[in-house]
Amino acid sequence: MALKIIDSCTNCCACEPLCPSKAIYAAKPHFMVDAGKCSECLGEFADPQCASICPIEGAIVNEMNEALNPPGSLTGIPPARWVEVKAEISAR
Amino acid sequence: MDLPVITDLTKAASGASFGGCSAGSCGSSAQQMNGLSDDVRRKVQDHPCYSEEAHHYFARMHAAVAPACNIQCNYCNRKYDCSNESRPGVVSELLTPEQAVKKTLAVAAAIPQMSVLGIAGPGDPLANPERTFETFRKLAEKAPDIKLCVSTNGLMLPAHVEELSRHNIEHVTITINCVDPDVGAKIYPWIFWKNKRIRGRAAAEILIEQQQKGLEMLVARGILVKVNSVLIPGVNDEHLKEVSRIVKAKGAFLHNVMPLIAEAEHGTFYGLMGQRSPSGDELKQLQDACEGDMNMMRHCRQCRADAVGLLGEDRGAEFTLEKVEAMQIDHEAALARRLALREKVAAELEAKRALAHAPKAPAMQVITLHRPAKPALGRPVLMAVATKGSGVINQHFGHAREFLIYEASEAGARLLGHRKTDLYCSGDDTCGDGESVLARTIRALEGCEVVLCAKIGIEPWGQLEAAGIKPNGEHAMEEIEDAAMAVWREMLASGKLATPATARKRA
Repeated sequence: MALKIIDSCTNCCACEPLCPSKAIYAAKPHFMVDAGKCSECLGEFADPQCASICPIEGAIVNEMNEALNPPGSLTGIPPARWVEVKAEISAR
Repeated sequence: MDLPVITDLTKAASGASFGGCSAGSCGSSAQQMNGLSDDVRRKVQDHPCYSEEAHHYFARMHAAVAPACNIQCNYCNRKYDCSNESRPGVVSELLTPEQAVKKTLAVAAAIPQMSVLGIAGPGDPLANPERTFETFRKLAEKAPDIKLCVSTNGLMLPAHVEELSRHNIEHVTITINCVDPDVGAKIYPWIFWKNKRIRGRAAAEILIEQQQKGLEMLVARGILVKVNSVLIPGVNDEHLKEVSRIVKAKGAFLHNVMPLIAEAEHGTFYGLMGQRSPSGDELKQLQDACEGDMNMMRHCRQCRADAVGLLGEDRGAEFTLEKVEAMQIDHEAALARRLALREKVAAELEAKRALAHAPKAPAMQVITLHRPAKPALGRPVLMAVATKGSGVINQHFGHAREFLIYEASEAGARLLGHRKTDLYCSGDDTCGDGESVLARTIRALEGCEVVLCAKIGIEPWGQLEAAGIKPNGEHAMEEIEDAAMAVWREMLASGKLATPATARKRA
């Protein structure tokens, strides 16, 4: 059981110091998770720490390749409402 | 013109409000420097971001050692990096604390005006406390004359005030965009707090609480606090007046309201959603509205998180890691040059202040009334100034990349802001493009009636005049404020200021 960082990672470094298992390391072209060390924070924290601070939707996935931060989860705007909200905001 | 009123000192001392500004939190413009306590004046006199006067003379740099952030702002996107883009949150190369110290020493050796190292990102300095404080500790060992400074979103401020104080940090900037969580929910989609991501209104509530607590703790320790606010039309525009009142009441030193930067190509939420930026007029109106309660910063250039140099310039490209590695530096000689320059500037400014205050009769006090009761003699005039620094008119019109905008009126000359332009003449064959660049510059100077510069060519002279902007090269190497007032008085004497304000172009 381990999380993965994929290529939309922007190397902002926020996750690395938070990992309780020290499973995250700097690499090229982006940070990586050592699958042998990652516990998905089970028993440590309610939520995986890396995915709780990552600013990029979709950059951290589980073993099923499911995004921990799916589209809309970080902007707060579900994709279905994007057009409507955009119209509202551009009218300001 | 201010009305000097001579009065008996004993009467004046009995609690009457003295003229000028005697408020302890006052201090942006040159005139305001006079009202500061010695301690505060010492703190701001060579910090370009805390003193309008100092920004003419001193340079700063930002070390990009803090990549991580613990909140998301809808106007920020840290993934985009372009060396031609100048806005907060953008950097070209991330530095380790060791690299940052090396670069700072190289900059401080090449630019003797360098007086401040700030850490402003590209994320948040206090979301990267080890990297931030290691940089401060190492630099303080090698160049104790350089002031240290941070700019933070405030979330982790209460937790770190003690350590900031230990590092002898005298200046902290907090970005406070709201004091109402409902407004905050439109600006911050989430924060990372106590090992959890918190969203929406609850997130804004925690952030606001921490910012306000941090502000109070800093003020209690005598650390000067500047509050930055991003003006977002339709979100916090009216609300910022309340923000200004509250931070002033809590003892913030200076308030800097900056216009939102939101372009789709920056990839920010606001940029992608078509949130507009405020017009120059909207910004000025809000700054003016806040001014009654709070000292407003008008000289901010919204610089990158790795900016280097005087506020109007960015010399970052001269100090890439590769170039810094190759430099041979005599650090002792560099320190001596910096100290000598600071002494010279301090003496110059002291002489200027003494002149402004002389002559004074013994046991008498000069009280200046800002708003005389007699009717205004002439309307205020906007003037664009080409300057390379030192507070004087010392730049060729064609070499200016930005103009400072001053308003001259009966009350004196005051800085309103700056306007960026393209270089009209770069001295090579790109001059073929001169005409269209000049047209753009003239547009950028809309609303100004005078442009003060050291020199100007015949061609731009004619076109500026045709556009209603009078070029003036007669005050080269003179103090900006004195020259602006001399030109204003000349206009007044020749009857040019009798025409109603509606007859001139909008600023």
